[in-house]
Amino acid sequence: MGVDMRFTRRAALAVVGVATLLATSACGSDDDGGAGSTQVEVFTWWADGGEKAGLDGLVGQFTTACTGQTFVNGAVAGGAGANAKQVLASRLQQGDPPDTFQAHAGAELIDYINAGQVEDLSADYDSWGLKQAFPPGLIDNLTVDGKIYSVPANIHRANVVWTNKKVLADAGITATPADLAGFFADLDKVKAEGIAAPLAIGKDWTQLMLFESVLITDLGPEKFTGLWNGATDWNDPGVTTAINDFKRLLTYTNTDRDALDWTDAEKLVMDGKAAYQLMGDWEAADLDAKGFKDYGWFTFPGNGTTFQWLADSFVLPQGAKNPDGTKCWLKTVGSAEGQKAFNTTKGSIPARTDAVPGDYPEYQQAAMADWKSATQVPSCAHGSACSQGWQGAANSALGAFSTGQDVAGLQKALAAAAKQFAGK
Amino acid sequence: MRRFRHWGPGLILLGPSLILLAIFVYGLIAWTIKVSVSDEHTALGSKGFVGLDNYTYLFTEDINDRFLHSLKNLLIFTVVFIAGAMLLGLLWAYLLERGVRGEGLFRTVYLFPMAVSFIASGVVWRWLMNPNQGENAGGLNAVFGGLHLDFLQNPWWTDPDWGMAAMAVPAVWQLSGYVMALFLAGFRGISAELREAAAMDGASTYRLYRNVIFPQLTPVALSALIILGHMSMKMFDLIMSVSGPQWLTEVPAVYVWQALLTSDYAKAAAISVVLLLLVAVVIVPYLVWTQRTEKTR
Repeated sequence: MGVDMRFTRRAALAVVGVATLLATSACGSDDDGGAGSTQVEVFTWWADGGEKAGLDGLVGQFTTACTGQTFVNGAVAGGAGANAKQVLASRLQQGDPPDTFQAHAGAELIDYINAGQVEDLSADYDSWGLKQAFPPGLIDNLTVDGKIYSVPANIHRANVVWTNKKVLADAGITATPADLAGFFADLDKVKAEGIAAPLAIGKDWTQLMLFESVLITDLGPEKFTGLWNGATDWNDPGVTTAINDFKRLLTYTNTDRDALDWTDAEKLVMDGKAAYQLMGDWEAADLDAKGFKDYGWFTFPGNGTTFQWLADSFVLPQGAKNPDGTKCWLKTVGSAEGQKAFNTTKGSIPARTDAVPGDYPEYQQAAMADWKSATQVPSCAHGSACSQGWQGAANSALGAFSTGQDVAGLQKALAAAAKQFAGK
Repeated sequence: MRRFRHWGPGLILLGPSLILLAIFVYGLIAWTIKVSVSDEHTALGSKGFVGLDNYTYLFTEDINDRFLHSLKNLLIFTVVFIAGAMLLGLLWAYLLERGVRGEGLFRTVYLFPMAVSFIASGVVWRWLMNPNQGENAGGLNAVFGGLHLDFLQNPWWTDPDWGMAAMAVPAVWQLSGYVMALFLAGFRGISAELREAAAMDGASTYRLYRNVIFPQLTPVALSALIILGHMSMKMFDLIMSVSGPQWLTEVPAVYVWQALLTSDYAKAAAISVVLLLLVAVVIVPYLVWTQRTEKTR
């Protein structure tokens, strides 16, 4: 009897144990689906700063334009979307997409298009009049096999050099360098003033941005774009020239570059420890926000009128729960009012060419004028020129070059990356 | 029925955890191996079986020998980390065992860093190991500069050859106290009779430690080696918070993360399997050894 008693008690304990486990595992799988939903979950990595303010502006516009639809903020915080992309990837794999999500326009979208995770929006482009509103160069870049899959909310420019005016004045530099030779001469002048590292730079992806700008100068915009679509060979002697120029530029940079992010490099310029930094034009908004007024800017020397663009865009995922709501969101994103509400606060420029410059701060007015007339090329560091895999390989190759300085090695690595990822 | 009563209840009690282990540990290892021999290089999913191609690619064709570079980084990190933590831990345990005043305080002070997460200590060490030197020096380099010990200033983890040795410093700082606690327990477990017997035989202090005490610490040392070894192989959080993911300090675990971010599931799985094998090389002999010694007891 005593033995039996123990057994039942043990058994009871085991049963309770199993039941608890099952109950906890069941709890994890519930989900709020809700067919015929009027909620629009917008998935972004805009959680704070100017980006959050821009999103809020867009939401205000959405609420007035799309009555009956409710905005649900699905933002996942984390620099450049590092966390958000992971969350998004697993949700897409499980067939539980948000109603719309943020992605860099251009080649970065190709992963999603190939996987059949986003829907064709070409017909909506016609009905919303976006094909006329966006410049033809942008439309070309957005089009994959004759179809358009995303609506860009903004445009940023990547190939801009930011300067500390005081440091330049101390070195007696008054004019903007017209080409690389002039830039090297100016860098030497600043160096002669006792500034050891006149060109501030950060870790791998910021080096990739600088390298891309040098490539545009040495190859010209057409051959540069060809690097990413297969028309230009990475073994081209022009690329070798560019790598050598880039190597020489690195001699003017801070040696602790691999330990810095772009904002750390920006601080070097603000503190007068460096004169120049190449960075995208979100730097203007950031410098303004930090109260630093004494800055100037110019397009990277030798880039001419080339506008290296990148854009945040929104898509209609396959299997979205509320496609009507999503389309209304996308229409708002592409509309003149939506782009104004978003961009005046985020510090970018609208993709539409019919925006009123007077609504924007000084730098953005200049960029808007360039956007209409300039030659447009995409950026790999920011996903408009290359897929995420290609971008990862390029960042790694630049990181290796930063320590090894092996010109042939970098060219070989980039050629191998192109071979592996181009056309995928 | 009687026999079931003998082993049945135990099995039922263990059942849930056995099932969970089977699914979430061994099942997922099997799944990872399956992915690692597929061509699932994009979000599109797998098109088929490619055998060991992903593995040969990692070792022979990876761009810039990225994977071999990450293994080299891991090797330097592991050697410095294990050697540093073992030596410091043993030294501290020896000093405390010799009898110092305020042993309890020192024990706590040395053990405390272990309570801090790698992420938190990584953020602090990132600042301490600021690679700037001379005028712009920060962190430890600034301290060296202030003490006129400028020759000690160095680029820390940004050094292309030995940077990973610097990366191991925070890990040594965190785990030495733990190793010390293990050794101290080992020292205390040796009975006083043995020491007295050695003293009666006229053994010097050196002889006492060399021939009597240290041999008895072998199991403790082995446990410490295994614990540090497998932690080192899987090191991820410390490196992510000190340097972030980049070429210079990339180890296999960080490479897995980078491959996952680009939806290259097959590559990430292959690296994970290599990592698992590396850890197994350390762990399995230990398990075999403990099982044998337990049997002979």
